[in-house]
Amino acid sequence: MKHAFKTPLAALFALLALSAPALAQSIDETVNEIFANSTGWFVSLIFSDFPGTSFPWIVGWLVIAATVFTVYFGVVQLRWVGHSIALVKGDYSDPNDAGEVSHFQALATALSGTVGLGNIAGVAVAVGIGGPGATFWMILAGLLGMASKFTECTLGVKYRNEYPDGKVSGGPMYYLSKGFKERGIFGGGILAVLFSIFCILGALGGGNMFQANQAHAQLANVLGDYPGWITGIVMAAVVFAVIVGGLKSIAKVTEKVVPFMGILYVGTALIIIAMNYDQIGTAFGRIFEGAFTGLGVAGGMVGALIQGFRRAAFSNEAGVGSAAIAHSAVRTKEPITEGFVSLLEPFIDTVVVCTMTALVIIITDQLITDPETGLFVLNEAGNAVQTVDGNTGVALTSAAFSSSIDGFKYVLALAVILFAFSTMLSWSYYGLKAWTFLFGEGQTKELVFKLIFCLFVVIGAASSLGPVIDFSDAAIFAMAVVNVLGLYFLMPIVKRELHSYASRLRSGEIKKYK
Amino acid sequence: MSKKLVLGFDDSESAKAALDFATTLAKAQGAEVIVAHVLEWSPYSFLTKEELEERHMRRKEELARAEDALLKPVLKKLSDAGITATTVLRYGHIADTLVDIINENNAEMIVIGRTGHSALSSRLFGSVAGSLAQAAPVPVTIVP
Repeated sequence: MKHAFKTPLAALFALLALSAPALAQSIDETVNEIFANSTGWFVSLIFSDFPGTSFPWIVGWLVIAATVFTVYFGVVQLRWVGHSIALVKGDYSDPNDAGEVSHFQALATALSGTVGLGNIAGVAVAVGIGGPGATFWMILAGLLGMASKFTECTLGVKYRNEYPDGKVSGGPMYYLSKGFKERGIFGGGILAVLFSIFCILGALGGGNMFQANQAHAQLANVLGDYPGWITGIVMAAVVFAVIVGGLKSIAKVTEKVVPFMGILYVGTALIIIAMNYDQIGTAFGRIFEGAFTGLGVAGGMVGALIQGFRRAAFSNEAGVGSAAIAHSAVRTKEPITEGFVSLLEPFIDTVVVCTMTALVIIITDQLITDPETGLFVLNEAGNAVQTVDGNTGVALTSAAFSSSIDGFKYVLALAVILFAFSTMLSWSYYGLKAWTFLFGEGQTKELVFKLIFCLFVVIGAASSLGPVIDFSDAAIFAMAVVNVLGLYFLMPIVKRELHSYASRLRSGEIKKYK
Repeated sequence: MSKKLVLGFDDSESAKAALDFATTLAKAQGAEVIVAHVLEWSPYSFLTKEELEERHMRRKEELARAEDALLKPVLKKLSDAGITATTVLRYGHIADTLVDIINENNAEMIVIGRTGHSALSSRLFGSVAGSLAQAAPVPVTIVP
């Protein structure tokens, strides 16, 4: 049965490989053009500005939400962080539950879906356009986002569906429909359907095309330029083998290697920062100064802020709702414990990993400044900071790392491909969950989604960065529109859980085992 | 109160030898046998999304399989030989969990087969018998 699908793909691959290179280049261009034309309206809708300003309403929407949750739950990300760590360490795990998914495993799996290209390429985009100041806003967004994640993941576990065979399905589509019904509010079902549609688009956009696109950019950077569709076909074939062919071993290996890649990445960044320790003060100075003045970047302070917030949201996915899908599989008697654990994610992802990337780019002087004014020099189009060799996106990060450690770009290329791949697998899962929520479970229905997913890998790799990154952002932020709206209605439920848990923890009803 | 001995049991050949040894020993001493099977498990391993989702179901299956295929036949064999026997089935680090079982039951000794795992993994990570010999609070009998 499995093999039946492999042959046509091989034939397609052979056919494409035979086409002349000139034709291939034009395929890239055609894909690009169709793509830019067909998604442009969606992107403009999501990123339209508040009337009379140059501030995209969606960025405000997320930051306001994160701030509301932070205040509403009494700075949960600060007051409960110690307890979160104790939960991950297993201090409160009942030994009789050994063999079930632990908090650590849920966190690690969810992290491997979020730590990825957003941390490497996304940050480079933010710093490249918004200057070092974007880093400040990114960190702030990460810290605030911890409260959003706490809210959505608690709900994800509380309202998940458990099936007789022991499998679970959860996420915003379930808490929107079930939670709203429980509170007697109309419209939960509509929001759930909307969320599912956007989640499928997000899975195809940020969770797929952006990943394929940046993986190709990094490969082309290392191997020399070649058409994107080749990378696309190869990656699509591997994704196909895993999600359709059921080659679980590839997924397992990825899941085991990715955490070590992450540690290697942060470790290397720390080494580069240590090597340039005399620059650390200057770098932070620029981050703070840039945060409030922009230091000459396009759009000034607001430009830096928008870039920082945008990329933070894209990287840690707080408020987007995807993490709620990932976390809902955990086995816990208290849904809120999963909320506590998940609030560590934006911290690790954004405050630690993203900041490392930004610091390396800033410290290694990739952004060109005017020696007289100290302000950044803009590129010809005037929309981004001019960089050494004109690098953008993942190439900028690569250049920054390689300038200190020769040959690191090869390690980075491997990391980028692995991160891209693990993020794709994660999003194929999120997308599939949304898909089955809409259309019901069933072999054929699931296969249709999986095939569409593989097709988008190719489109993503062949497209140039601009249209892909815009669509990726737009789709993921569209999920946040629906999810956050739902969270406002459901947050009293989380507050009740929080109070109940806190009082039982004080009374000793919730026991510490270690 | 009669003496208790823990038998660390899995599906290896040497575990069967350990079972024979424990049977003879328990008969001679009139001891009670606690048959322990530990499923290797670390809460700090990395799982894929699908593994996460299916974990609860798999755990049930694994427990049922171990109970039916492994522990029940042993229990029957022991009671046929006229020995009082109970079983314990747990998840965890094998040697550590066996030590916990010894302590919880105030057992006086533990009998275990020499090679449960493959030779390579024993070489890399140390064998269960080896770590038990170091960590157990009671005499350890390792049966080849």
